[in-house]
Amino acid sequence: MSKKWVYPLSAVVLSSSLVLSACGSGDTAAEKKPEAAPAEQPATTAPAAATAAPDLKASIDQYQKWVIEQTDQLVKATEGFTNAVKAGDMEKAKELYAPARAYYEKIEPIAESLGDFDPWIDAREGDVPDNEWRGYHKLEKALWETKSLKDQEKVADQLLQDVKQLRVKVESVEIDVPMLVTGAVELLNEVSTSKVTGEEERYSHTDMYDFAANVEGANEIFKVLKSAVEAKDAALATEIENRFKALDDEIAPHRKGEGFVLYTEIKEDQVKKLSQTLDALAEPLSKMGTIVGG
Amino acid sequence: MDTKRLEGIANKKLTRRDALKLAGVGGIGLLAGAGGVGAFMQPKSSSANVDSSTDSDAAAGIVPFYGKHQSGIITPMQDFICMGAFDVTTTALADVRKLFQSWTAAAARMTEGKDVDDESDNPLMPPVDTGESMGLAPMKMTVTFGAGPSFFDERFGLAAKRPAPLVDLPRFNSDDIRKQWSGGDIVVQVCANDPQVAFHAIRNLSRIARGKAVLRWLQDGFQRTCAADPAGATPRNLMGFKDGSNNPKMTGQAPDEIVWAQASDDPAWMAGGTYMIMRRIRMRIEVWDRSTLSDQEATFGRHRQSGAPLGRSGEFDDLELDRKDSSGNPVIPADSHVALAHMEGKVKILRRGYSYSSGMDPKTGQLDAGLLFVCFNRDPRKQFIPMQQRLAAVDALNEYITHVGSGIFACLPGASEGGYIGDKLF
Repeated sequence: MSKKWVYPLSAVVLSSSLVLSACGSGDTAAEKKPEAAPAEQPATTAPAAATAAPDLKASIDQYQKWVIEQTDQLVKATEGFTNAVKAGDMEKAKELYAPARAYYEKIEPIAESLGDFDPWIDAREGDVPDNEWRGYHKLEKALWETKSLKDQEKVADQLLQDVKQLRVKVESVEIDVPMLVTGAVELLNEVSTSKVTGEEERYSHTDMYDFAANVEGANEIFKVLKSAVEAKDAALATEIENRFKALDDEIAPHRKGEGFVLYTEIKEDQVKKLSQTLDALAEPLSKMGTIVGG
Repeated sequence: MDTKRLEGIANKKLTRRDALKLAGVGGIGLLAGAGGVGAFMQPKSSSANVDSSTDSDAAAGIVPFYGKHQSGIITPMQDFICMGAFDVTTTALADVRKLFQSWTAAAARMTEGKDVDDESDNPLMPPVDTGESMGLAPMKMTVTFGAGPSFFDERFGLAAKRPAPLVDLPRFNSDDIRKQWSGGDIVVQVCANDPQVAFHAIRNLSRIARGKAVLRWLQDGFQRTCAADPAGATPRNLMGFKDGSNNPKMTGQAPDEIVWAQASDDPAWMAGGTYMIMRRIRMRIEVWDRSTLSDQEATFGRHRQSGAPLGRSGEFDDLELDRKDSSGNPVIPADSHVALAHMEGKVKILRRGYSYSSGMDPKTGQLDAGLLFVCFNRDPRKQFIPMQQRLAAVDALNEYITHVGSGIFACLPGASEGGYIGDKLF
């Protein structure tokens, strides 16, 4: 099976610095190995992918635009948060912490694909050696556990610098179809493994913000791929859409004002229901890869 | 994109997160060294274990799935059980029907040792089958489906179809029933001579159910394996006693009299089906272990070593319930388990239970083990319930056991090929 996402050069230029070939620059030789007979043909008539390619290019563009917007918001919100930390304003910092982080959670798979941003920004205590620990969760501990912002200015400055650097990188990130397809499920797996157990925000208990943000990020990917999924398997698209709605309905009762209730306020049976509704969504979502099937 | 890179992304040796990172940097070179990639992804339309198992059904250990009755009921007991109850989350009857159709097809395939469905070779999709039974023989696996009382509530418009014998079980004396081990809209009993084969089936069935039904409880069970006891003697429970010596033999008229609902019973559509009762019975293992041999034997009413009724020498000798010893006391105590369960020989059920061990009770440090009691009967109102009422009231065994889980289910009639389990109900 050979799938190529090679686009005319003009398209690449038009879409700013986005590189549309999934394979990067290093594997040209591998692509042209003779056993992949269809690959010998001009890219425009490559099998299966060719018909879907223009739509998916638009999808990828649309998604990247959204990622950039979210990262803009992340920088802005993080700046507000780190300013509060540096000003020693505990209450304000606590208030701004979860909403600011949420922008990161929406785009986490992209950040993870760009090197060490994830450990820099999102590592929890024990995820990395203590002397390398930095980022949001370090400030979370200072705010909720040690209850002191003493000596946290450096951490705050570093965090802001990291998200700003992330903003620069997302401009040129190479997003391809496999990344989108696996990224959507990856976001839900993030929820399954840490948010749903309340382990992500061990001091602030603001896990529900991350939960909702991860789901929103997955939904955004589905939205841009929806027409492609519909074209291949209309029932699957409907199923995914319904299950997103079902999950949103489960999340809704836990909203409070602009944000969410603390995770410790959510009852055990509600957690189980959230988890099962999430699994019910992730299963069909994991089949989105069908859009690249021959 | 070339094939090798796609394979790398789907390869289970890399986590999704790793793959995503690699995808982001376009690193085919990194992926090439992952190892085992090609072998893992060889496109195959069906699993290898089919070929190895078709020499002869008997040797392959295939218990036919389709038939007048469901398998796993009067089928001789396999070595392991994996039993789960589901709650239906969809409210559309059409979805429930579709679930039973999918489950039927999947169960029929897995019974033959096949993958749950034809495997896809799309590297960007999760594998269709979960894979842990690849290359394994069918191992006499059976899958048995049943519907609980709650299945017949107002949700699916099936209230009028609730079989009369499918009553809510009464509370029995000294019951300590916990919600987490009880009830359920649907029960799925998987039995097999291999625990991995059994787990594979229930796992794939629960995967198929996602979005339509969720697991409510799940319990594994075991007994001594065929390999450990090739002669197939009556198995011992975790109290060390032979359990099932009086179980009725499923020959002649016995199945129709004891197990199968008949067309003349109400409702007619249940003909060929039966009623299952599950009880999760925790044994107070530590307490039992320090009781004396004579106490233990008086509790069961049997000799521990031979399994013979007290006062007799052979396991299958008749119970002498009227016999008195020299001081005028019954040789078999009236409150012994065997005396009470005998029910004057008039009431019989088919028992098909397994031992369970769920590790340790973290609160007490004691073993959490006991009996996953499973029985089948034609009408629980006339069979299981009166028997259990009697046992719960006075059974000497109650000092050493607690019923902590419970369920009653209508095991639907079997399906013929082309049909599905439940087609007579929906």
